[in-house]
Amino acid sequence: MSKMHVKLTVNGKEVEGLAEPRTLLIHFLREDLKITGPHIGCETSHCGACTVDIDGKSVKSCTTFVAQVNGADVTTVEGLTNDDGSLGVLQEMFREHHGLQCGFCTPGMITRAHRLLQENPNPTEEEIRFGMAGNLCRCTGYQNIVKAISASADMLNAQKEAAE
Amino acid sequence: MIPAGFEYHRPGDIASAIGILQEHGDEARVIAGGHSLIPMMKLRMAEMGHLVDLQAIDELKGIEISAETVSLGAMVTQHELITHDGLAAAIPLIREAALQIADPQVRYVGTVGGNVANGDPGNDMPGLMQCLNATFELSGPDGTRSVAARDFYEAAYFTAREDEEILTRISIPVPGAGVGQAYEKQKRKIGDYATAAAAVMVGNGQASVAMTNLADTPVWSESASNALADGDVSGCVAAMLDAIDPVADNRGPVEFKKHVAAVMLRRAIERAQSRAG
Repeated sequence: MSKMHVKLTVNGKEVEGLAEPRTLLIHFLREDLKITGPHIGCETSHCGACTVDIDGKSVKSCTTFVAQVNGADVTTVEGLTNDDGSLGVLQEMFREHHGLQCGFCTPGMITRAHRLLQENPNPTEEEIRFGMAGNLCRCTGYQNIVKAISASADMLNAQKEAAE
Repeated sequence: MIPAGFEYHRPGDIASAIGILQEHGDEARVIAGGHSLIPMMKLRMAEMGHLVDLQAIDELKGIEISAETVSLGAMVTQHELITHDGLAAAIPLIREAALQIADPQVRYVGTVGGNVANGDPGNDMPGLMQCLNATFELSGPDGTRSVAARDFYEAAYFTAREDEEILTRISIPVPGAGVGQAYEKQKRKIGDYATAAAAVMVGNGQASVAMTNLADTPVWSESASNALADGDVSGCVAAMLDAIDPVADNRGPVEFKKHVAAVMLRRAIERAQSRAG
């Protein structure tokens, strides 16, 4: 099959490449663009380790063809740092609250939590758990992940208030 | 898990999409959100030479609500169903069910059209649409036609849709004021398909009852609906248990599924009745 010309925005930068339409977005990100934050976990759209943000939606990039996102705006966990390269709020709170052990699920967790807090800046614990239901963690038991997201919400709201 | 190769098409209108289907026949398939189709392609259980992506077709989008009818574009996502306040006011049953489908990531891209057109007995929307007495609009080379949701499903993955047709919109009569609605779903874990699920509408002397994943098609039962309309809950449950035909699988043996079906149906009836005016 012939390759197609692919053009998309990843973490604010325009990128271009040639790819077969059947190429999965996760493979294009990791192997062509060398953006290895999103992980390949189950490869069956259950675990959420491959979650990226596409045009304002949390999407499993193992279940997305690169052809489908041609022209789209993609954010990975690498794009969630501060402008100076230091850890962003969610990343810092996951560190602070020990929201990870092996860390394999963390890029997907943080990318999904980012969108969750954009849509619901003051989530209850139940809303966090329901909103994170597409991401599996086999280490933490989720307790500290929920704490990290809750603390991030508080910090982001405080930052917003201070800026106003 | 790499799927077989294909040519990718992204037509901008329904006529162009149908043209591509006509040109390539069996070799072509449409893709909506892709979260049923892409896993099948990765397992090489689905292969096609041409993939027709419907994402750029504006005619397939949008939720329109009038006093009598709700019209859903086939490409409306589960996430859009959940976040649309007007829809939740007109037919609350749809949000209640959509929240129980898969997980947040899948709901952002999974579409209502894909869910009803796929013909997977595990999908939630087909039974829901039968309960609501929805009508599916199909466009093909010979024009458009409408098929009632209650007549659409023939067997697992076999529907009344022809290969060169595209399911474009879903039209649902708005239940009158005073009609209570409820969706109850038993699943092994969050995001799972139903072990058994029940969609119920009741009120104003009328009722409609449908169930999911208890046969190779969704099951809407006229006799169960009539019994409930008459206020006979036990008769409704008995008629529905007669209508379903579950098979043993990793969600349990037949006896268990029938038991769960009765529990889900009774709970849905109770909640729908409590919401009826």
